[in-house]
Amino acid sequence: MTKKFVLGIYDDEDVLLQAIENVRAAGTNIYEVFSPYPVHGIDDVLGIKRSRLPIVAFFCGLFGTSFALWMQIWMLGFDWPMIIGGKPHIALPAFIPVTFELTVLCAAFGMVITFFIVTKLKPSFKVNVFDKRSTDDKFVMAIEVKEGKTDMTALNDLLRSNGAIEVNEKEVIK
Amino acid sequence: MTEERLIISRKTNNKFFLMIAIGVVLLIAGIIIAALGGGNHAEGHGEVAAAGHEAAHWSKRLYMNLWLNNVYFTGIALVGVFFVAVQYVAYAGWSVLIKRIPEAMGYYLPIGGAVMLITFLLGGHDIFHWTHEYLYDINDERYDPIIAGKAPFLNFWFFVIRMVVYFVLWILFFNWLRRNSISEDLHGGTDFYHKSIRISAMFLVVFGVTSSLSAWDWVLSIDTHWFSTMFGWYVFASWWVSGLAVITLTVIILKQNGYLKLVNANHIHDLGKFVFAFSIFWTYIWFSQFMLIWYANIPEESIYFIERLGGNGGHFKWIFFTNLIINFAFPFLVLMTRDAKRQMIMLKIVTIAILAGHWLDFYLMMMPGTMRTDAGIGFIEIGTTLIFLGVFLITFTKGLTKASLVPVNHPFLEESVHHHV
Repeated sequence: MTKKFVLGIYDDEDVLLQAIENVRAAGTNIYEVFSPYPVHGIDDVLGIKRSRLPIVAFFCGLFGTSFALWMQIWMLGFDWPMIIGGKPHIALPAFIPVTFELTVLCAAFGMVITFFIVTKLKPSFKVNVFDKRSTDDKFVMAIEVKEGKTDMTALNDLLRSNGAIEVNEKEVIK
Repeated sequence: MTEERLIISRKTNNKFFLMIAIGVVLLIAGIIIAALGGGNHAEGHGEVAAAGHEAAHWSKRLYMNLWLNNVYFTGIALVGVFFVAVQYVAYAGWSVLIKRIPEAMGYYLPIGGAVMLITFLLGGHDIFHWTHEYLYDINDERYDPIIAGKAPFLNFWFFVIRMVVYFVLWILFFNWLRRNSISEDLHGGTDFYHKSIRISAMFLVVFGVTSSLSAWDWVLSIDTHWFSTMFGWYVFASWWVSGLAVITLTVIILKQNGYLKLVNANHIHDLGKFVFAFSIFWTYIWFSQFMLIWYANIPEESIYFIERLGGNGGHFKWIFFTNLIINFAFPFLVLMTRDAKRQMIMLKIVTIAILAGHWLDFYLMMMPGTMRTDAGIGFIEIGTTLIFLGVFLITFTKGLTKASLVPVNHPFLEESVHHHV
């Protein structure tokens, strides 16, 4: 299935940010904006909601903490009790370093794996580069064209009046 | 950028003086109660007293409180200078708008130095066991070979000289940095900035050595027999996080009173991250010290924690655990989310808790080795703390009024105004 996009090419960060605001204010949905580097404040003007990844991190970390404590208490306290250095079987201070490490490990791995799953990032992932210049020195704003619904001339005018140096069309196989 | 001058009204200043006055009244009341026999406290320990243990004299408790509060507030003042120096050396841009606040904290240092010296000269014997001459006299039955072995370092004159040297160096560097900063406001240009970086780099070296040494001198040597290689770090961590809490709290209070208009949620967020991160750092140091001693369980080392847990009749047990909860668990859980670090009310609650918590932390470092079971938190403690807090606030706010709150000619000012995280 192919999808058709209108690409507004910008060469200035501030112009781009202003353009995003105006285009969205005009009621047009922006599919994606491509940029050679992270632009400060672009999430806000694009209306992208804050990532919920920290919540995943918290619960993965919590799991790591509980798992580490359970593992050590069960192993050293019940399954195979040993006296080490004359300490009690369940000697909490000695468990803290392992608990800390497992908390960090679970939180980090949990976050990375969740991120891969949510973004569908896998080795076969194919990247659609809408315009190669977005990896060099241009900013590319992509707007999806819906056949029969999108007024192409109006869209063209909107992008150009907001500082686009070029407006192109591109069909992408999805 | 325009200058922004802080005006401390007579009313606010009167509040600080009232704080000191209440402190003095409480202190006198506490001393009278203690001098009249400590009320029911002495009765409770009647058996102990009969067994040859005399309840600590009220003057000892007073000296300990002077020492505790002065070490605490001096540390906070010193951290202010350290914070500014770190920002310079790191070429930091974000902190320019709030830089005048840590800068003004250093104004307490001369008072801290004077009080420290006077307290040591008057109450040295009450605070430090090692100051007693008989410990070093081999013919005396109270001769202590371990302490005598430390005599080259722990002797009256060397101690006093070290103390004077620390304060002279700190005050010198504080004045130097501050003078440059104010000259920059007047004359502009980048010369002052580059000069400040060089001064800061020198100060950091001095600070690295003196902060550890002063921690050994003023806190560690109270428990003369005991030693810990983590101790310099531990005291630094406690001072540093308290200092960061003071900076954050002051920024928020000034902002809520209509000052620091250019400071926004992003600066507050960064300060919150500092407080959050260094609460964890303190815990890390605390645990590193605790676990090694607990694990090795060598009597001469573990006595320190025994005195604070089961020893001394469990007198300090609640403070020991409160210390961990208030200084680690509370800021860790409350400041974990991004939103909490950007909300002034959350930061206000946490920083005030941390300031109280680290006061308790110093209490726990000093009292078990000196006051033992006679330690308490009563009128004397609250009164002395209020007096010191009042004096600190007066010098600090007076320092803040001396220059514009916005360093108008700082080369990174524009970067700080547009700071975004």
